Amino acid sequence: MTVVDDRPETVAPAPRRRPNRLLALLRNSWRQLTSMRTALILLFLLAVAAIPGSVLPQRGISPEKVNKYFTDHPDWAPRLDRIGAFEVFGSVWFSAIYLLLFTSLIGCITPRLRDHVRSLRSRPPVAPKQLARLPQHAVLPAPAGGVAAVADVLRKRRWRVEVRGDEVSAEKGYLKETGNLLFHTSLIAVLIGVALGSWYGWSGNRLLVAGADNAFCNTRQQYAEAKLGPRVDSADLPRFCLRLDDFQARFLPSGQPESFNARVTVDGPDEPTRSADFSVNSPLRLADASVHLLGHGYAPVIRYTDRFGNSQVSDEPFLATGDRGLTGEGVAQFPDANVDPATGRRAPDQQVAFSGIYLPTAPQQGPFVRSEYPTERNPVLNLVAYRGNLGLDAGIPGSVYQLDQRQVRNGKVKEIGSKLLRKGETWTLDDGSTVQFLGTERYVTLSIRHDPGSMPLLLSCGTLLVGLMGSLFGRRRRVFFRVASTDPGNGSPTGGSSLMEAGGLPRTDYPGFADEFAQLVTAVSGADRAAERAGTDADSSDRAGVREGTE
Amino acid sequence: MSALSDNLVTFAILTYLIAMISHAVEYALGNARTRVAVASPARELVGAGVGAGGGVIPEPPAYVPPSPDASARRARIAGLVAVGATALAAVLHLAALVTRGLAADRMPWGNMYEFVLTVTFIGVTAWLVVLWKRPMLRKLGLFLTLVMVLLVATAELVLYVPIVPLVPALNSYWFVIHVSTIVFASGIFLVGAVPAVGFLMRNGYEQGKRSFPYTLAKRLPGAVGLERLTFALHAFAFPVFTFAVIAGAIWAEAAWGRPWGWDPKETWAFISWVVYAGYLHARATPSVKRNVATWLAVLGFLTMLMNLFGVNIFFTGLHSYGGLS
Repeated sequence: MTVVDDRPETVAPAPRRRPNRLLALLRNSWRQLTSMRTALILLFLLAVAAIPGSVLPQRGISPEKVNKYFTDHPDWAPRLDRIGAFEVFGSVWFSAIYLLLFTSLIGCITPRLRDHVRSLRSRPPVAPKQLARLPQHAVLPAPAGGVAAVADVLRKRRWRVEVRGDEVSAEKGYLKETGNLLFHTSLIAVLIGVALGSWYGWSGNRLLVAGADNAFCNTRQQYAEAKLGPRVDSADLPRFCLRLDDFQARFLPSGQPESFNARVTVDGPDEPTRSADFSVNSPLRLADASVHLLGHGYAPVIRYTDRFGNSQVSDEPFLATGDRGLTGEGVAQFPDANVDPATGRRAPDQQVAFSGIYLPTAPQQGPFVRSEYPTERNPVLNLVAYRGNLGLDAGIPGSVYQLDQRQVRNGKVKEIGSKLLRKGETWTLDDGSTVQFLGTERYVTLSIRHDPGSMPLLLSCGTLLVGLMGSLFGRRRRVFFRVASTDPGNGSPTGGSSLMEAGGLPRTDYPGFADEFAQLVTAVSGADRAAERAGTDADSSDRAGVREGTE
Repeated sequence: MSALSDNLVTFAILTYLIAMISHAVEYALGNARTRVAVASPARELVGAGVGAGGGVIPEPPAYVPPSPDASARRARIAGLVAVGATALAAVLHLAALVTRGLAADRMPWGNMYEFVLTVTFIGVTAWLVVLWKRPMLRKLGLFLTLVMVLLVATAELVLYVPIVPLVPALNSYWFVIHVSTIVFASGIFLVGAVPAVGFLMRNGYEQGKRSFPYTLAKRLPGAVGLERLTFALHAFAFPVFTFAVIAGAIWAEAAWGRPWGWDPKETWAFISWVVYAGYLHARATPSVKRNVATWLAVLGFLTMLMNLFGVNIFFTGLHSYGGLS
């Protein structure tokens, strides 16, 4: 952030009165904060602070892993949790570092912005008296056109030129500081874009089973988990519904997925009714939301007919366990089973549930716990039946994909047997009720979200890159030309013809400046001839002639 | 085709090994290099002279070569053999990548094995470009070929996986944009780390340190030139890396619904970016010593290595395409 500057700071006039202590302290702290050293330390701290975010599981990314960490390390986890180690990127200390860094950044670039605007509007400075003391220096025969010809050559090469009497000052490479400031301003814009997204954005994850009965409408209640930014209200969610019509997945012989495609019907007040396809990498873009395909699996359709002959159907998704064969685990619960049709009374201890494993391609022989292939080549449903009070009426929130294990441990729910079912097969339980495996539906895991900050983010990333390149590859430098005085003490070796003195000053580290300076000097001294020949051969002329050890 | 690619990788490793040994021979015989280097820097390589004259710092005068001419000639031959072997290895390396890509019918960047092969290829290509522009830096080749042998051999022995098509998540044109730029930037950072380490050793040597790691730098080119090369490579790679990360964010928005989610890979890319940004800032600040800044560059490369090996092996995340299990 600090730029090499050749101009010495003007000595501040001595303070006339004792400065206010508090003000002085504030000013010194501000200077300290905006210094490069502090910025570097903060940058380093930022990098270090991000490390635990990758080592420890994070709630925002994988809450289930955080829970696992709590059970695995019961002594450490609460302590780590207290310092925000499971939410590193939202923690106080991480925020403090980047906010301080950005404050330091703003404090650093604001005065530089002012200075830069000033320097853009000011003219190149007066040439120093002793051009020979500059890093680059040359003496050349003055072109016939004098300083005007020199100024022409420089202007053609897009230098900013100022002619003062018999001397020419020129400066180039304002792009460096412009780019630098643009880069740092863009960083602030990136932060604003991220902030906008988290304040005004929302997102939710949802499993969607195929079929008209399972259509989903975009309301808060219909999400298993939803995150709304602080400035978003449930009523702000755009109103639309999605129905999964078809899901296609192709796999290689090894079981590795090859392609996915989901077809949905979009419908609702805020969206025209239409059919749409989307896939991994090509999300469904709606007016104020986008729908991303994250995963897929099977939802076994299970019909339970209780001892009174009433039947109910469950098509809850069996969550993929993460293996290649798409083994699914889930539960089908029938809390309204065994209601006596004569009395209409529910029997809470007569509720029925089945937990099980679904194997799209079961192995030829047991154990039937792991599917061999993700498509349904040999579908088998391995069910365990439970009867009792499922605990669904207690009002305690629980997973719909898992049996409430507390009820099992309390003995309120009893296991009554297990069986392997193929499609269409029926299993008669001990009380005469039956369960039938009718078939499967596909389900998809969707992430539905809206991020109003993404466009500002993209634009600021674009300007950031442009600025970065200007900042890294731009080179600020000055050259001066002066018609040498005829003073014999100046030691001009070729008396008679008028001579010109040239000096060059790279204001930033620039190894190639010697070459450029040499070329420039050649171009200037050949300016008269070049005008006639139209094409200048300055580039190929001896480069090493005037170079000095800058490289 | 796939088997051919595997064989080519083996040949490339052997050729890098030959290059490394030749560099080592040059290093060992290099007693008289000083005089030759100063006297005729422009005769070193075809294409020399572009940057000749830069970066030559005479050897410390305390050192007196025993029999300058004969051993100098032999050292020079060894050095040229090393460069030739490196170039040949690079050609074999490229052929291995091309055949792998043809066999897989896609860009060969689908898993960690292919990723490391491509990064190292970019690295060696960048090194050959540097060498062509600055023949004086040839002796760094010992360290570079050492890195090449280590990385390519690790790829073949540890990371190797047979060819499989891409998973749907990778099936996007962003795959080419994001991964190619990441690979490119990583390759340049890889080459940048070599003069960075070289500078740290040489700088210590020039300041009179004569303990173990510094003595290795006795025959390295001058510290100033090494430092400048380090900066040039990093300044070149940093915007490419920035672009690659941004391209990744755009892709992540399409694929996973969010531009940035602190996935372990993303987190480490952020860490690398911050460390390299720190290096560039430190380098531009006169009050920060050049060796402190250069340490940051080395640290940046370590974070890149961590992202490649550590994250793929120890953490699971959305970027788990390494093919290791």
